[in-house]
Amino acid sequence: MHVQPFLRMDNIRKRFGSVIASAGATIEVEEGEIYALLGENGAGKSVLMNILCGILTPDEGEIVFRGAPLRLGSPEQAVRHRIGMVHQHFMLVPSLTVTENYMLGQGSPLRLLSRMRAVSSRISELSDRYGLDVRPDSVVRNLSVGEQQRVEILKVLYHGIDLLILDEPTAVLTPQETDRLLDLLRGLVKEGKTVIFISHKLDEVMRVSDRVSVMRDGRVVFTTKTSETDPRELARMMVGRDVLMDLPRTAAQPGRVVLAVTNLHCNNELGLPAVRDISLEVRQGEIVGIAGVSGNGQSELALAMTGLVPTTAGSIKLNGEELRGLSPSAINRRPFAHVPEDRHKMGIVLPLPLTENVILQRYNQAPFSVRGLLDLNAIADHARDLVRRFKVKARDVDVLIHTLSGGNQQKLVVARELARRPDFLLINQLTRGIDIGAMEFVMQEVLKEREAGKAIMLISTELEELFAICDRILVIYEGRIIGEVPPDRSRLDELGLLMAGKRIDTAPAATLM
Amino acid sequence: MDHILTLGFLATTLGATWRLATPIIFASVGEVISERAGVLNIGLEGTMLIGAFTGFATVYATGNLPLGFLAAGAAGALAGLLFAFFAITIKANQIIVGAALNLLGLGLTSFLFRTYLVQTGQGVQIVPAMDVPLLSQIPYFGTPLFRQNVVVYSTILVALGAYFLLFRTSFGLTLRAVGEHPKAVDVGGRSVALYRYAAVLIGCSLAGLGGAYLTLAHANQFVEGMTSGRGFIALAVVVFARWSPIGAFFVSLLFGMFYALQLQLQAEPSIHIPYQVLQAMPYLATIVALLLVRNRTDTPATLGVPYRKV
Repeated sequence: MHVQPFLRMDNIRKRFGSVIASAGATIEVEEGEIYALLGENGAGKSVLMNILCGILTPDEGEIVFRGAPLRLGSPEQAVRHRIGMVHQHFMLVPSLTVTENYMLGQGSPLRLLSRMRAVSSRISELSDRYGLDVRPDSVVRNLSVGEQQRVEILKVLYHGIDLLILDEPTAVLTPQETDRLLDLLRGLVKEGKTVIFISHKLDEVMRVSDRVSVMRDGRVVFTTKTSETDPRELARMMVGRDVLMDLPRTAAQPGRVVLAVTNLHCNNELGLPAVRDISLEVRQGEIVGIAGVSGNGQSELALAMTGLVPTTAGSIKLNGEELRGLSPSAINRRPFAHVPEDRHKMGIVLPLPLTENVILQRYNQAPFSVRGLLDLNAIADHARDLVRRFKVKARDVDVLIHTLSGGNQQKLVVARELARRPDFLLINQLTRGIDIGAMEFVMQEVLKEREAGKAIMLISTELEELFAICDRILVIYEGRIIGEVPPDRSRLDELGLLMAGKRIDTAPAATLM
Repeated sequence: MDHILTLGFLATTLGATWRLATPIIFASVGEVISERAGVLNIGLEGTMLIGAFTGFATVYATGNLPLGFLAAGAAGALAGLLFAFFAITIKANQIIVGAALNLLGLGLTSFLFRTYLVQTGQGVQIVPAMDVPLLSQIPYFGTPLFRQNVVVYSTILVALGAYFLLFRTSFGLTLRAVGEHPKAVDVGGRSVALYRYAAVLIGCSLAGLGGAYLTLAHANQFVEGMTSGRGFIALAVVVFARWSPIGAFFVSLLFGMFYALQLQLQAEPSIHIPYQVLQAMPYLATIVALLLVRNRTDTPATLGVPYRKV
């Protein structure tokens, strides 16, 4: 080879028990570049980076950093080599202030905290320099996720590192916060720092990185200059085959009305109106999308329809039967399935195995319950059936569901709901936080249900998801449906305006102030 | 009943309050340190008994009071080491290990006492009372409040010392972080286990000292099970004090006051309440106090949860 690269991780292997997390991955990073590590969840990106920052030790392989072999026993030693990492789950103590978090583990344990003031003024100074708006006396628990991330990044800068590793930094950010972060990374590189950026989002990688490597099954399968590739090629490398960016579908042939919501009203948890006079219909064989900026009543609409929050007026009819006023469990017994917004809070029970998760609504019904006793074989068979049909990657059906990746968890939730043979399927956020392969898979499954004549309502903040599978898109704004747009990307501007509350028709808009 | 409301009665009650709160202050301040690091040690009762017995046996054998307290603190730390090994290294359920420590403390001290020391009817020399200059001259209140033994006075230092350790040193900052977000400390390059061991050892040696106070400064004799629930009351104090060492000092005084009141009222011929009801007062107060505490935001986030890497 010609010149020694800034960093070379050579043939890194790491296994946890029987799981191979890294199967001989090799990467090279040049000084002063933004290097993206792309891959699906579980491809081994985080493990590789945890090795680089000293949290894990590799079973095999070597790291050469600035021309010298690097052997790390702890993250502290990595910091001494000026390597620092911002983890996906922040390493900040919520009850402490920013300054206290920065002082944590620094210097002798017997030292007094009198140096606090010096540390906080240094934080303020660095914060100003990078334009990060970090206030040293803020208590971390009072900060938004975006702010906490800036605190984490500044912490790494505070410790004076040259190589910054970010693990899925945009997963928790709004689009505006993401823009700001990407700008910051470009600024850091201009200062001569090197950035490794772990992601599974193609557009960000395309936007910000100089070079990109794709990982799959613990190996690096592809490395290129970002300017010499395109999202389609990267997606293919990630999944290992062509990805359907546009799913084929036939024209909708809507049948009879399955679900009819009329003049529905409900309040949010503060008692303020959240859903105002919503009326909509979903017919057999169509997918109706609900688009909107998060927080415009979507969550409450879904909760009201499933009986989880009380409604104040209106009606919800399924196959002509009034659902309003029924308990959630009564609605559960109707042919009404629900893929909830927050998988972890409502979709699954993380510390339970797959078997118990797939019968959450039906644990007391045949064939899973016989004379008040669980039929463990029937449950396991059912779980195995769903796992096989939905290609869920799990070692066995009795593993705890939190050991699965987000994509596999979501596949199982969708599988469970579809297995109930509903007439109507309410989906709130179909592909949030899951990788491309799983995303494509669940979208195709939902389309299959549409072909089979099911009525489907998809609430989403991801416009791509809506354009990909919906037959018509309703826009929700401040608890009202304020317009309808066909799923046509050329109408994106129109959709954007509606989402911002601007009606396009000639009628004077009540929402325009 | 009028003379209950006299200054004299009030002063005597206050003095007794502080005296009776002392073992609870030691144990609860110790437990604050332990719980701040995320370790819930319900074995305070047993640890206090071990301290009480060790202190008594040492002084009985040597006649040296400071050595007795030193031995009690060391015995407490030893009990803490046992607890920490199971709770931190083995990652056993902390409640189970704590319950085992209580049983061990009760059983072991009773066994050793009956085997070796049961004929010590005359007891040992206890820590003498000491006047605080000037303050003990205050009319009415001076003598009851400021003619106490040095261990009672030392509770102020214990509470302030714990506060200083937790909130003014780098050690304390890391210790608190260990209780809230151990992974952050681990990733920052410090050993979570080491800090938890330290917190438990400090906590248990304070509990041991609290126990020794009972045999070496309060009574002059060891009695089986003599802590009579003080270790459990200390656990309630920690919650009520919202994990603050200074708070633990004052809440302990509150519970001490119930002990003092029941003693005073039992001695009062004009009060016609069965003494069993009066004796139950501190314990009833504990239950009421725990019912009143609803705010859970001060609880260390990982209290009772063993830390596992990865």
